[in-house]
Amino acid sequence: MIGGLFIYNHKGEILISRIYRDDIARNAVDAFRVNVIHARSQIRSPVTNIARTSFFHLKKSNIWITAVTRQNVNAAMVFEMLHKTLALMTSYFGKVSEEAIKSNFVLIYELLDEILDFGYPQKTDSGILKTFITQQGIKTTYASQSAEEQTKITNQVTGQIGWRREGIKYRRNELFLDVLENVNLLMNAQGKVLSAHVSGRVVMRSYLSGMPECKFGMNDKIITDTKDKETTSDVVAKKKNAGIAIDDCTFHQCVKLSKFETERSISFIPPDGEFELMRYRTTKDISFPFRIIPLVREIGKTKMEIKVVLKSNYRPALLGQKIEVKIPTPQTTAGVNLFCNKGRSKFKSSDNAVVWRIKRMAGLKEAQLTAEIELLPSTENRKWQRPPISMNFEVPYAPSGLKVRYLKVFEPKLNYSDHETVKWVRYIGRSGLYETRS
Amino acid sequence: MSMNFNAFRDGGVGKMGGKMSDSKYFNTQKKGEIYELKAELNSDKKEKKKEAVKKVIASMTVGKDVSALFTDVTMCMQTDNLELKKLVYLYLINYAKTQPDLAILAVNTFVKDCEDPNPLIRALAVRTMGCIRVEKITEYLCEPLRKCLKDEDPYVRKTAAVCVAKLHDISAARVEDQGFLETLGELLCDSNPMVVANAVAAISEILDTNPNAAKQVNIDTPTVNKLLTALNECTEWGQIFILDSLNNYSPRDEKECISICERITPRLAHANAAVVLSAVKVLMKLMDQINNTEFVQMLQKKLAPPLVTLLSAEAEIQYVALRNINLVVQKRPDILKHEIKAFFVKYNDPIYVKLEKLDIMIRLAAQTNIAQVLAELKEYATEVDVDFVRKAVRAIGRCAIKVEPSAEKCVTTLLELIQTKVNYVVQEAIVVIKDIFRKYPNKYETIISTLCENLDSLDEPEARAAMIWIVGEYAERIDNADEILQSFLDGFHDENTQVQLQLLTAIVKLFLKKPQETQELVQKVLSLATQDSDNPDLRDRGYIYWRLLSTDPAAAKEVVLAEKPLISEETDLIEPTLLDELICHISSLASVYHKPPSAFVEGRVPVRKIQVNRNADDAAETDPHIEEDDRAEYNETEETGAPQEEVGGGDLLIGDLLSLDYPAPTPAQQPVNNANQAQPVADLLGDIFGGMDLGGGAPVAAPVASSPMDLFSLSAPTTYVAPPQVILPAARAKGLEVSATFARRNKGIFIDLTFANKTMMAMSGFAIQLNKNSFGLSPGAPLAVNSPVLPGVSATTSLSIVTTGPVMKMDPLLKVQMAMKNDIDVFYFECLVPAYVLFVEEGSMERNLFPQMWREIPDEKEKQFQLPFTKKSQDQVEAVLAANNVFVVATRQGGDGEHLIYTSVKFTNGIWVLGELRLPAGAPPSLALKTQTVAAIAEVHSAICTILAD
Repeated sequence: MIGGLFIYNHKGEILISRIYRDDIARNAVDAFRVNVIHARSQIRSPVTNIARTSFFHLKKSNIWITAVTRQNVNAAMVFEMLHKTLALMTSYFGKVSEEAIKSNFVLIYELLDEILDFGYPQKTDSGILKTFITQQGIKTTYASQSAEEQTKITNQVTGQIGWRREGIKYRRNELFLDVLENVNLLMNAQGKVLSAHVSGRVVMRSYLSGMPECKFGMNDKIITDTKDKETTSDVVAKKKNAGIAIDDCTFHQCVKLSKFETERSISFIPPDGEFELMRYRTTKDISFPFRIIPLVREIGKTKMEIKVVLKSNYRPALLGQKIEVKIPTPQTTAGVNLFCNKGRSKFKSSDNAVVWRIKRMAGLKEAQLTAEIELLPSTENRKWQRPPISMNFEVPYAPSGLKVRYLKVFEPKLNYSDHETVKWVRYIGRSGLYETRS
Repeated sequence: MSMNFNAFRDGGVGKMGGKMSDSKYFNTQKKGEIYELKAELNSDKKEKKKEAVKKVIASMTVGKDVSALFTDVTMCMQTDNLELKKLVYLYLINYAKTQPDLAILAVNTFVKDCEDPNPLIRALAVRTMGCIRVEKITEYLCEPLRKCLKDEDPYVRKTAAVCVAKLHDISAARVEDQGFLETLGELLCDSNPMVVANAVAAISEILDTNPNAAKQVNIDTPTVNKLLTALNECTEWGQIFILDSLNNYSPRDEKECISICERITPRLAHANAAVVLSAVKVLMKLMDQINNTEFVQMLQKKLAPPLVTLLSAEAEIQYVALRNINLVVQKRPDILKHEIKAFFVKYNDPIYVKLEKLDIMIRLAAQTNIAQVLAELKEYATEVDVDFVRKAVRAIGRCAIKVEPSAEKCVTTLLELIQTKVNYVVQEAIVVIKDIFRKYPNKYETIISTLCENLDSLDEPEARAAMIWIVGEYAERIDNADEILQSFLDGFHDENTQVQLQLLTAIVKLFLKKPQETQELVQKVLSLATQDSDNPDLRDRGYIYWRLLSTDPAAAKEVVLAEKPLISEETDLIEPTLLDELICHISSLASVYHKPPSAFVEGRVPVRKIQVNRNADDAAETDPHIEEDDRAEYNETEETGAPQEEVGGGDLLIGDLLSLDYPAPTPAQQPVNNANQAQPVADLLGDIFGGMDLGGGAPVAAPVASSPMDLFSLSAPTTYVAPPQVILPAARAKGLEVSATFARRNKGIFIDLTFANKTMMAMSGFAIQLNKNSFGLSPGAPLAVNSPVLPGVSATTSLSIVTTGPVMKMDPLLKVQMAMKNDIDVFYFECLVPAYVLFVEEGSMERNLFPQMWREIPDEKEKQFQLPFTKKSQDQVEAVLAANNVFVVATRQGGDGEHLIYTSVKFTNGIWVLGELRLPAGAPPSLALKTQTVAAIAEVHSAICTILAD
């Protein structure tokens, strides 16, 4: 298991050092500094073995956080733990910086005491830890806590629902669902899709009282598929509300996975506040919000014309935003004349590209840009390897076609019903790597 | 320690609401600070005390020695401020070992805290107590721990469960004696999932280090069922512990395998990558035992998406995932065969992710996807990172060899890359083209002329060798082959061996093909190889060719120009037994390094093999394939750190003493092993001394346990101490003569050393280290020698030895290999530890237990000895034995004035040896010894002989 955990600043000075196991000597602190932080070369692996001691390290802004071991530990677990530790620190005192770490070192030592015991990860959920480790040190001296309160804390820490504390109360029960998707596309000049996928996340912010049991439903095809085998009526039903095919999804630890496996239902008791309910990936039937049609004409040796047509491909009522098209130009570009019928465009010589920005664009519209490019005559007879045209955007729908069908809330003990809960759903589709070859 | 404290001076104002920032504690102080802190710690004001403790902790963090404040800090322990208490505990964990006598002062508070009404305090106390590795404290830990294991509060129980593992790490025997293993086993049925998870983690760790514990606690079928139920309710970390523990369980039949698989598959959708990978590990392992192909295929289908999803995690996790996917793909290529696109490199990927992705792309390349793969690879070959570009070029060559229809395209791509004239791209391309030529003879030779254009730019041996091979192989088609080879020959002696060998062969080939023009050339190269070279390989090859050519040119042709065997399509495959072992370690460090754990973890018993259909010849067989990179650590005299173990060569796990019942390794192997151990160490140690700058703080003068001259030895029987013997003669150690004797004092083992300086210069910088040995003996403190030792002077010291070091069975059992270092050199030697120093004070067996145990031991584990005649009376014998921890359990008067003494002895590692000593009147005594661990008998016999000698 993990033998120790160190935090350094960018110079390699130690800020926090907590040793959990006897097989790690203090000189491990220096070994890592000398061999990794002070090494001039680029990091070639996030795991470094120095004299039979393995160092798992990651760098965030100017801070190095390192876990040390001399055993055959679960490497994925160590990195998950390090990332969660960073997230925990962020939730306690905001940005993780050298100054913040120094200011909170007592708090950090306390947290490290709870996060790991003898190198075994124990608890990394901020919700529960905040009930008994607070920024002002311990909330109150323990003498003033009632016995009831104390057992309540320990039950929560070790309980089944370790991510939520009991006794949360809101005047207004409210929840927000954000479906956030990144569309990735590689298309060739003829409009053929070479590769495409959507990676999406469902992020939930819940402000609900008590211990609410939630059930989340979406238009996932597998759900209808697995429920019953192909019957004629099913085929009809499927056509009616064709669900989307999700390639794979992962869930927050609050989701009862065995229930998902057997019944394909997503049920959970949510943590309080914001968390990522699920992540998913789809590759089929993606509705691409934009299509780019490039036309490149080389007019002689020193002139070239690039025409780009941008088509928006969603319902006319919707508005796409923050649209940016980046059109690479040859290295030898001397000057560019630009004409566009929408938005603004300019040539960025530092990037060797024309950047075309459109603030808003409604669905089923078209915009066009023409770039006349003057080239320096070059002696080199090398062909210009036309890099792809890339773009960024944000649209208010889910390109994968995912729809939230329902999110039901049951709180068996408190007196509020599903109807009284205010629910908000929002869809945002953003560009991932969205490229069209020219 | 070369810390730069200045950086901490710039601590500014914190941003916590109105409260003064804690960062001020990092501001480093002036000289008298220790005294100031002392005063503050003893202040009456609580706030001031707390501030002072914070300052102490900050100093401790940056590596300052604040152990001098031990008493003062410990005094702050009895407080009702939890924050302060935690800080004091933190301090205790760090320094208790340096001040064991003072640490005992803390025991009372711990014991009191373990009774506190607040469960958080109880847990804190038991958690901290387990971290204090001081024997005396451990003694007091047992009772509170027992209570906490049965505490009503789950938080306390889960902490106590881990504490058992801590205690086991300090003293395995105590855990077994106190029956903690059974209690831990009971916790597996606890109602609280976190308690179950921690218990299973603790049990797995204990079983890993101590297979004997399996008798008392084991993971069997009903337990596994309970664990699988708990799996659904645990925290993410608990799920990992449970899944990893399942890895050591082998189901009875296929039905059980399938049912376990079914219960585990839901974990594949967990957001925590470690949970997913641990589930993958269990599934991959169980799949091997399932014959139901339909089910296996269904499982394979389910495995692919989660593995691909791991690639959207954080870069470091992606890296771990990719290293594991590499194993999965080699074991079951079908799983990911349609997912190659997921492994296409992204522009922003860190380099380590890019390289791993590339590796997997090559493995997944097939006819269906080759066009895409090639397009990608070509793209990569124009990137910036040299290693990555090289690997991409190499990958193109591999594709050509693997997917025959694509070969032509690959070759064209490679030629295009050669045209770029980027030096390392060209060289890499030539290396792979050589392989393509071998795979497809007489197909692409037209490109040779293009290759020859780049002769001058080749500066790497591998590329040069490849080019020379091509020239030699196709000498008949290259008009100026002789000129080209001649040009290489001019700088023959400056070439790398690889190039020299290749050049020799190529010229011989050329000669066999065009004998007329090249006679001079071949003679030149043969004489260069045989007469002017120091390299035996090169000389031998030269002589063989020479003789072949001179005796039978036809035979030479047959040998040198023989048809070459086909080259394999897949390269870099992991050897199958190792692959199977690594599959059992998915997600762990072993899978990241692609090495078995024994290659980088020391002192561990090889993991029990669960793989059913694989043979049992595990670590020993796979080890030679592993690149050796272990470096021993050394403990310098100046260091205050924990004593280190092992001199090196630790990879040969011969099995520890606990498994002595198993047949010992064959004697033929033994000397070889020993030789191996000593050899590589010398250089490695040199490296460590020179390379690592780990200078410690000021030298700490450890209290030298003076070797007492026993004035009363005549009147009362005392513990036997052999006269010092020279263990390292001056001739072998560049003028340092070391003599030593082992002794048992104050319930501990000591080695009394005398260093005699027989050189003309002062010596200093003494350090000692013990290799792994049968009883885990290792230095308990740094070696304290009053150095420098002046010429002609001797220095004596006494080094305490602990028995918590790494264990490896030696032959003879009591042999210990040592390394001694001074400022001149490092010396290796070995000596035999007398068995009597290993007899513990608690070796007196209860009277009623003795006959029972005596009966339990089978008769074949008994040995009889005749002892030499002793003048001692029966009482004297008893007294002498007792003084040496050979305890008299009972005595009996036999017939003919014979006197029988029943004795018991316990070794430091818990082995009991029972004895029956017969003292007949007027005849030499005889001795019968009985024990479960037969190997110990001979040692006890010789020890008793020594003790009783007049």
